[in-house]
Amino acid sequence: MSTSTTIRNSRRSASEDPKRRGLHPRRLAGRTILHVALAACAILMALPFLWMLLSSFKPLTEIFAQPPALFPLEWTTEGYEKAFAGADFVRGFWNSTYIAVTVTAVSLLTSSMAAYAFARIEFRGSKPLFMVFLATMMVPAQLTIIPLYIIMGWLGWVDTHAALIVPAALFNAFGVFLMRQYVKGIPKELEEAAELDGASRFRIFTTLILPLLRTPLTALGIFTFLGQWNNFFGPLIFLNSDANFTLPLLVNQFKGQYGADWTALMAATTLAAAPLLIMFGIAQRQIVEGIALSGSKS
Amino acid sequence: MSTLTAAPTQARVAQSSGRGLSRRRKDTIAALVFLSPQLVGLAAFMVGPLVFALVLAFSDWDGFGAATFAGFGNFADVLSNPRIQRSVLNTVWFTALQVPGLMISSFVFAVLMQKAGKMTSVYRLCFVAPVVTSSVAVAAIWLWLFNPDISPLSSALRSIGIQSPDWLQDPNFVIPAFAIVAIWQGLGYQLVMFMAGLQSIGSSFLEAAELDGCSGWQKLVHVTIPLLSPTILFLSITSIIGSFQIFDYIYVFMDSNAPEAARTIVYEIVQIAFREFNFGQASALAFLLLLSLLGITALQLAVQKRWVHYAE
Repeated sequence: MSTSTTIRNSRRSASEDPKRRGLHPRRLAGRTILHVALAACAILMALPFLWMLLSSFKPLTEIFAQPPALFPLEWTTEGYEKAFAGADFVRGFWNSTYIAVTVTAVSLLTSSMAAYAFARIEFRGSKPLFMVFLATMMVPAQLTIIPLYIIMGWLGWVDTHAALIVPAALFNAFGVFLMRQYVKGIPKELEEAAELDGASRFRIFTTLILPLLRTPLTALGIFTFLGQWNNFFGPLIFLNSDANFTLPLLVNQFKGQYGADWTALMAATTLAAAPLLIMFGIAQRQIVEGIALSGSKS
Repeated sequence: MSTLTAAPTQARVAQSSGRGLSRRRKDTIAALVFLSPQLVGLAAFMVGPLVFALVLAFSDWDGFGAATFAGFGNFADVLSNPRIQRSVLNTVWFTALQVPGLMISSFVFAVLMQKAGKMTSVYRLCFVAPVVTSSVAVAAIWLWLFNPDISPLSSALRSIGIQSPDWLQDPNFVIPAFAIVAIWQGLGYQLVMFMAGLQSIGSSFLEAAELDGCSGWQKLVHVTIPLLSPTILFLSITSIIGSFQIFDYIYVFMDSNAPEAARTIVYEIVQIAFREFNFGQASALAFLLLLSLLGITALQLAVQKRWVHYAE
């Protein structure tokens, strides 16, 4: 059972004896109803995004129109001009991106290293230590954030990106757990052969294990990146100055200052939501696999 | 020479004796090297803060000056505070609305989407898009959709004769409003999980049931749902944990002035810690949250034997 098969859903059910289906008018009617219902619900799910996007191009005067219209009568980029004037979204985009990329890259490395140790090296205390990692997944972030805030104060890291990057990059219990499952799935014979050739553990890990983990690492990477990019709680607690803000914080701040300026707020929201939505449109399969992965090995 | 892996320890120790470090010690050192970054993280950012939080929960401290030992005072204060009691009720009410709503709707859509053929990926795009969007952006959109004066939602309801409530201002509707947003955003995640689960059910079970003359409904109830029960258990555990921690939407909707009717446990923790700077009380409340999550999860795991089937 795995994530990669999730996606092939469609193909399998489509190839499921098409002849029989074609013969029965009742089945045809059933399928039509199914598609109408699913399409209607899918459009309902997408409507808030359409509303966001189209409203961001409306002039402010149109928002009180009754009944509200989905499409602007007059298209304008006023909202975007105000959004860019009101907050530094380019900087926010950069902050969000480099924080998420750094955390993802480092935590993929550190969690697969730890996973390799748990899966392949025998040492005393391996099992209890692994149980500790598992248990921490139950701890709500709100419990540790108070002491972390105080600790960051001592370190002088409050209002710096280090407060967000370092903890997330160095501690990822879920990543360790997940990668351990996959390392365990790699046949041991490969490593034994490499060791006979005199390869060190470090070499085996970097040249043999890591390349074999490419698929789960990609999925975990997407999952981690999404969590970091969209993180609101951590940045809200740790960051104070505008220049350090990530996109979610900028939107929240913009909402506070321009709350009544709905079209500008929708422009700001579109700016914050668009990068990932576009990415999702391009790489739907990989991203869905990344999401599905979080439950696949439990 | 020696193998990396499962050879009996004694043999390996014997093999490598007389060449400096024993195999066992080498293994321990190697393990430590590979584990070190995550061990540092575990100690500095999880275990350390947990111990610290425990100390805080039993202290009176505002971040400045000296902390004093408070015994169970913080816990007593938290439990007797009517505003916090209300926030607990709000959180439970939110969970009661959101978790079943989410699980049932995503399960239904997953079953339907199985039959959708080539269109699956198009539908899925719409359902999963909110999952990849930040909760702040989601809340900003819904801030508009919940505003009765300008919302197309209210206008649509009005056109079919329903007066839509002032969702975020009405104490009776604010928690259901949070649940609506949370279901909209969370649906795609559970949908993906259920679709993966359905995919893993071998068609042989369903074909056997079909040969036995089972109707579609009977197959669903007697074959699909029991075989999906591990997924259902996993999702019910994780979604209850998640819904007990609802915070982002409320903060975007109301900043730090949420009325009592809209405050949840985590919202209280943040307000008490970072507005009132009462770290002790906030930590005590956060510990109570952890304990209740552990309790709920333990309960779910205890009763799972009665209804979860593991197909092997």
